[in-house]
Amino acid sequence: MLVHLQGPWTPLLGRLTLQQIPYQNPILLGTFIFVAILGVIILVATTRYGKWGYVWREWLTTVDHKKIGIMYCLVGLVMLFRGFIDALMIRTQQAIAVGPKSPGFLGAVHGYLTPFHVGQIFTAHGLIMIVFAATPLLVGIMNIIVPLQIGARDMAYPYLNALGLWLTTAGAALVMLSLFIGNFAHGGWYGFVPYFELPYSPGVGVDYWLWAFQLSVLGTTLGSINLIATIVKMRAPGMTWMRMPIFTWASLSANLIALTSFPVLMVALALLGMDRYLGTHFYTAGMGGNLMLYNDLFWVWGHPEVYFLILPAFGMMSEIIPTFSEKTLFGYATMVIASFAIGGVSWGVWLHHFFTMAAAPSVNSFYSVSTMLVGIPTGVKVFNWIFTMYRGRVRYELPMMWALLALFLLLVGGMTGMMNAFASSDYMWHNGVFVVAHFHMMVLLIAASVFGAVEYWFPKVFGFKLEQKWGKWFFWFMVLGTGWVFVPMFILGIAGMTRRLDYIPYTQWAPYLHVMLVGMAFYVVAVGFFVAHLYVSLRDREKNRVGADAWGTTRNLEWMTHSPVPAYNFAFIPHVNARDEWAWRKEHGLAELHAGDYEDIHMPKNTGVPLFLGIFSMGLAFALVWRIWWLALLCLALIVALIIIRSFDRDTDTTIPAQEVDRVERAARDGVTENGPASDLLGDPVVATSSIRSESGGMGGKSSAAQPAWAPMDR
Amino acid sequence: MSATTTQKIDPKGVTLWERHYPGPDLISTRTFGFWLYMLTDAMVYAALFASLGVLSHVVNLAGGPPPAAIIDPVYAYGETITLFLSVLAYGYSMVALKSGSRGGVIGAMLVSMLLGVVFLGIAATDIGHLFSRGIIPETSGFLSIFFTILIYHALHILVGIVWMLVMIAQIARDGFTANVVYRLINLRLFWHFQAVIWVFVFTFVYLQGMVA
Repeated sequence: MLVHLQGPWTPLLGRLTLQQIPYQNPILLGTFIFVAILGVIILVATTRYGKWGYVWREWLTTVDHKKIGIMYCLVGLVMLFRGFIDALMIRTQQAIAVGPKSPGFLGAVHGYLTPFHVGQIFTAHGLIMIVFAATPLLVGIMNIIVPLQIGARDMAYPYLNALGLWLTTAGAALVMLSLFIGNFAHGGWYGFVPYFELPYSPGVGVDYWLWAFQLSVLGTTLGSINLIATIVKMRAPGMTWMRMPIFTWASLSANLIALTSFPVLMVALALLGMDRYLGTHFYTAGMGGNLMLYNDLFWVWGHPEVYFLILPAFGMMSEIIPTFSEKTLFGYATMVIASFAIGGVSWGVWLHHFFTMAAAPSVNSFYSVSTMLVGIPTGVKVFNWIFTMYRGRVRYELPMMWALLALFLLLVGGMTGMMNAFASSDYMWHNGVFVVAHFHMMVLLIAASVFGAVEYWFPKVFGFKLEQKWGKWFFWFMVLGTGWVFVPMFILGIAGMTRRLDYIPYTQWAPYLHVMLVGMAFYVVAVGFFVAHLYVSLRDREKNRVGADAWGTTRNLEWMTHSPVPAYNFAFIPHVNARDEWAWRKEHGLAELHAGDYEDIHMPKNTGVPLFLGIFSMGLAFALVWRIWWLALLCLALIVALIIIRSFDRDTDTTIPAQEVDRVERAARDGVTENGPASDLLGDPVVATSSIRSESGGMGGKSSAAQPAWAPMDR
Repeated sequence: MSATTTQKIDPKGVTLWERHYPGPDLISTRTFGFWLYMLTDAMVYAALFASLGVLSHVVNLAGGPPPAAIIDPVYAYGETITLFLSVLAYGYSMVALKSGSRGGVIGAMLVSMLLGVVFLGIAATDIGHLFSRGIIPETSGFLSIFFTILIYHALHILVGIVWMLVMIAQIARDGFTANVVYRLINLRLFWHFQAVIWVFVFTFVYLQGMVA
């Protein structure tokens, strides 16, 4: 049944031989040395400071949704950096390799990268940025914020949550591993068939792509089940559907898309895998295969996926803009409807990815119109944000600046998206860099929202604000880079430049490519400022400590509990009386009232099982890539055994005793009052400029900061 | 919420915190998640059936045998009867659960499990019979999807059988704790779901294949 492979194969190591390690490539060798040194530093430091127990107990085995969310974001950040390096290499290569007289270095005829290497880079860039950077960042933020916004103590399935994280991490690790052992796919991130079939791509690159992708798909599907169940089942009492914060609504609609579309991708990839491993004929060029079947199955996932990414980003903007406009969100109900309309339409647009593949005009018209339809609910959202700012007291703090950048990019990306939606004009620039520039506007919108969301929720998760000066430099250099890279790209797209080029034949395009390189330099500077931003923030963290309500004008439940949030989220589950509950409490002078007399809290217990499931899944994938059958069977057996053994575990819960809750709550209050700037926030949580501050002055305006007016109250 | 409500609210008149809040019900939360999982699996089957629709064209036979030539309805009929009897037996096990009878649950589940094994036996005979005639997934695009659907469904039956074994052990050890009960309910959903999917397999793969 197994496909007969050409080339050496041994039962012990499969196709893995020493020649597969690309030590002769100076770029990869340099990367390997860098990664190895970094890894050794981390391992030595962890051992030296005796932190292994801490890392194991608090992070690797955790089922706490906040810590899992933080780890998701870390994975996303690392992969974002990796994807950025890939982008840098593509842009430098294209800037060098213009025209027949362009120089060649490092064994390449033009530029410094061989065509095979460029192929791997743009494939990795696409896959990493969408699946291993944007998705973990968004899922991570949803993971942290959604349970807090709905007043829950944890996700519906904490153990499954950790499993989702470790499966995604295993996929990301597999992509990184492909740098140093073997190679990566080289035909575009969405896998052209039949080019990705074994006869045309016999190497391990496609297999790496396939299994890394599949692992992340599994992780995200499990995550979407978890988030939907959490939102439906775990909302605090009183939180009716129409009182749910808008970010939670956006997460719900995004995860409904994920729940229904990711399984289709799983099928698309599994059938390709069967073609490659078992010799079936789903997508082969002959023998009854159908290559359009792959394209259809893939984009049935692929287009809803982009809305899966963008809806949480919209949700983040919908939280940031009201907070920094000091107003309630304009058009709440229409915002909810718009989110679900976008989610619904997302299912009817996938064929626009192949307008030029000889579909009938009626089919192209249908998909053209449905693509344009997306603009209506998106437009509703844009106007809602603008009306939220209208007559509000807009404060240009960093989260707001990022949200406004996202709004601007949405306009540019949305307008050019409408241009792409015309099937007739799409014939001109299909597979060109105009489309590339368009969707980079959209994903940069997502990136801008994520940066805004990180700035916005960072004090909630870590207890201190990020400093603003270096953050603003980072922001402005991101703006500069975006303009200098993608405006020329739009022009080149109209001029007819196609995507994925390792060599550019037309020398008249050179000026644009060099301008884009300047833009990349701005991005590099931006990365530098980002690191400085993080460093300075960490260094000055004591100075920037905040209380529960970090921005003074926040509106939702998550800002009612301490910063950083204790393990149990809320000492008492809040009862929700209004949409924007926290704003409502502040408005009516109820903000300083806390329930005392704490009770025991039941929480899930930490477990190492998800981590090991992730490790064995990675082992399984690695074994399948190299066709080491014994290792694959062993890992599969271990996975099944571990799942069964875990189901027999009766000791999965733990109780936080009431005294412990009392201690943590007191410490959190005292810790805030001892600090200078934050004490104002506890005593007087609404800053003086706020329009929300009620005339009753009921949120402890009269009470002194040293003696917070909280009393055990039984309500 | 109207933005003008700045009048003072009497703190004693509103509920701000939930005392003794038990949280959401464990069993219903777990079962809801399992329904969501089944939706994902239904999407997998939907994609597979769509692929069957695409790959049933005469071009995709690639000179291999057409569906009508390889489908033996007797096997499929036997599989249908066995699977539905198995689901019925599982239903009796749930009846026994209501009356709290450990023996009843385990007994009916054993019957259900054995019928599942019989189902797998018939499926293996059917597929083995075709393989022995040289009709294998590698022959054509159509046969690839034909066998994929049958084997994917059979894998689910295998998972269900293993799951039942695990549950029998857990009932014997723990009795009807909340964890065991929610798993029994989820397994019921899973097992019924396989029977429902089998209806589609029977319709689209066997019946439609025979008339095609």
